[in-house]
Amino acid sequence: MDLLIQNGRVIDPSQGIATQADVLVENGRVTAIQHNITAPQAQRFDASGLVVAPGFIDLHTHLREPGREHAETIESGGRAAAAGGFTSVLAMPNTQPVNDNVAVTQFIIQTAHECSPVNVFPIGAITEGSRGERLAPIGAMHEAGAVAISDDGMCVMNSNLMRQAMSYASGFGLTVIDHCENFDLSAGGQMHEGFNAVRLGLRGIPGSSEDIMVSRDILLAAETGVRFHVAHLSTAVALEMVRHAKQGGLPVTCEVTPHHFSLTDEDMKDYDTNYKMKPPLRSRKDRDALIQGFADGTVDAIATDHAPHAGSEKMQEFDMAPFGITGLETALGLALDRLVHPGHITLTRLVELFSINPAKIAGLDRGTLKPGAVADITIFDPERRWTFDVNQTCSRSRNTPFHGFSLRGGPVATIVAGKIVWQVG
Amino acid sequence: MRMHRRGLLGIEALSREEIQQILDRAKFYQPLQARTGNKLDTLRGKTIIHLFYESSTRTRTSFEIAAKRLSADTVSITGKGSSADKGESLLDTLNTLAAMRPDAIVMRHSSSGAPHFLARFLETPIINAGDGSHEHPTQALLDALTILDHKPSLQGLRVAIIGDIVHSRVARSNLHLLTKFGAEVVLCGPPPMLPRECICFHPAVKLTYRIEEAITDSDVIMMLRVQFERQNAPLISSANEYYGFYGLRLEHLKAARPDAIVMHPGPINRGREISSEVADFPRSAILNQVENGIAVRMAVLDLMLGKQVPEVRSDNSK
Repeated sequence: MDLLIQNGRVIDPSQGIATQADVLVENGRVTAIQHNITAPQAQRFDASGLVVAPGFIDLHTHLREPGREHAETIESGGRAAAAGGFTSVLAMPNTQPVNDNVAVTQFIIQTAHECSPVNVFPIGAITEGSRGERLAPIGAMHEAGAVAISDDGMCVMNSNLMRQAMSYASGFGLTVIDHCENFDLSAGGQMHEGFNAVRLGLRGIPGSSEDIMVSRDILLAAETGVRFHVAHLSTAVALEMVRHAKQGGLPVTCEVTPHHFSLTDEDMKDYDTNYKMKPPLRSRKDRDALIQGFADGTVDAIATDHAPHAGSEKMQEFDMAPFGITGLETALGLALDRLVHPGHITLTRLVELFSINPAKIAGLDRGTLKPGAVADITIFDPERRWTFDVNQTCSRSRNTPFHGFSLRGGPVATIVAGKIVWQVG
Repeated sequence: MRMHRRGLLGIEALSREEIQQILDRAKFYQPLQARTGNKLDTLRGKTIIHLFYESSTRTRTSFEIAAKRLSADTVSITGKGSSADKGESLLDTLNTLAAMRPDAIVMRHSSSGAPHFLARFLETPIINAGDGSHEHPTQALLDALTILDHKPSLQGLRVAIIGDIVHSRVARSNLHLLTKFGAEVVLCGPPPMLPRECICFHPAVKLTYRIEEAITDSDVIMMLRVQFERQNAPLISSANEYYGFYGLRLEHLKAARPDAIVMHPGPINRGREISSEVADFPRSAILNQVENGIAVRMAVLDLMLGKQVPEVRSDNSK
């Protein structure tokens, strides 16, 4: 069935569009953006007062399937993504088994095809088992559908191996995504190194553990010519290095998570493990620098690092609990509430951060409403006031610090290939 | 009393008045704590579980004796030999124990914040007997009581705390308590054990990397053990290297006030952070601290679990 989205404020940075218009979708593709389109056969969606944007893409999602289906599945994670306004997610390879071969890549694609309301694009591992010892079959995974490579969470410590991976991946035009963490410096660390870690008696994770690897990877990217993307960048220093690399014309990009632009290391109370993630919540100075990076264009994308963990896994002593929080359903609300409404960025910039930029980073033919494009569309209300209730989450896990947060602005409908897969209740 | 029926998790959250109330009650118990012949009836019928996931000699014994002198029934469990060995989570273990309706749980755990985490889910009051590198509230209370045995007041005292500050729950609890009462705290240790951020605790906290500077004009010198077991990789090359620069020796004490006392929470390592001569010298208050531990813990248990005396409101005039 065709779909006519009427009277919305269409914002599509890929075409420089920001105007009141109708969007017509036929056979799962965008066919027109105009005023007063007549399409008597089409289903109508009244988007008055709403923003109509190219479908949002999350570059950094952990779907946990295969292997840890008690925490999340491709189906439940896909539904959480849809409920957050995302039409596509990139699935990190640290499943069990690791997505380091064609069979797992194909399993994820096939399962997503059958169960997930949103598009799932797998990311292949850089090394076998993400153990940092031998390269995984990068070319074969790419051929099977992997859109980027990363050993997320298991940063490749061997610089020569990383250089070889970058060099090889560049031949396929693949982006290398790195979780930048030097494990010698972060060993035993529980939260950002700073006064709060000292006060709480928790071992710190210094900014240098991230900064050293970001600088290494930028140097290696310059030597190999690969497209290098910094996952969940969290420090002022790393941001400055990315800024410098961009000024030098290197194909270096970075993403920042909603929790890193919304919270700091001062926010954790009572050893609540829902504030425990990697990289850790940083200092106020780092957070302010990230917001500046959004404003000046240094930050390319907002990515969630949605990392579900079952309740029992997080209900532990702080130093025993695993790192990571969920984030698909709160990302857009936080971005509107914390970045757009305070005036740090425009709505157009927000849409760019969620759509065309991640599409370019992952080399996807998405993130645009150009006629002929697949009709992945995110409709959101920049003004809707709502309170996030984790008990209503679509995810199988509830490890979020944002339960009870009142936000201004949030998703209204998610459309994948012309089909409405989620609408606000 | 806010503490009544609630736990004691740390010093940081307590007000000066609440601390004073515990110290006052401890002073009442000081002469009584050694009366082994006649138990007091204060906590007859109360059950206290002592749960120690980390090794302890003095704290555990001290808590048990304090409870027994007040006629409480006590049960003692260590991490080894408990269901933790069978893979039970800490929260499940505590829920199990809480279901047996003890009146309080005294616990020590190697994870910072373990009792704070549990307190969010349990109604049973928890008394923190040391959580990782975070707090050890009854140690700070007994240290304050010991200082007050020798000094008229905490106000204006210069207290040097020397050693492995970053890993020390004793240092944290003490600096919270001492600064609430107007003392100046000088923290001293090699830089890897003394994070610069420590100055953010309170304006009355000072840092120095030189033991001589820390001791100069101090009224109280608290020595801390180097906690090699909490260090990922050794922060210093050897015990000898450490002793050479940060071990307290008799000659250091000349720079302190003539009536300065030396304290140590124990266990002491002679020849590592403190020389034998200092540990045994007349103004060493180390055994005095141990004695006061019982009085302080009796006070805490009494205030938390004993019959509550209604507080007299001071503004009855209205």
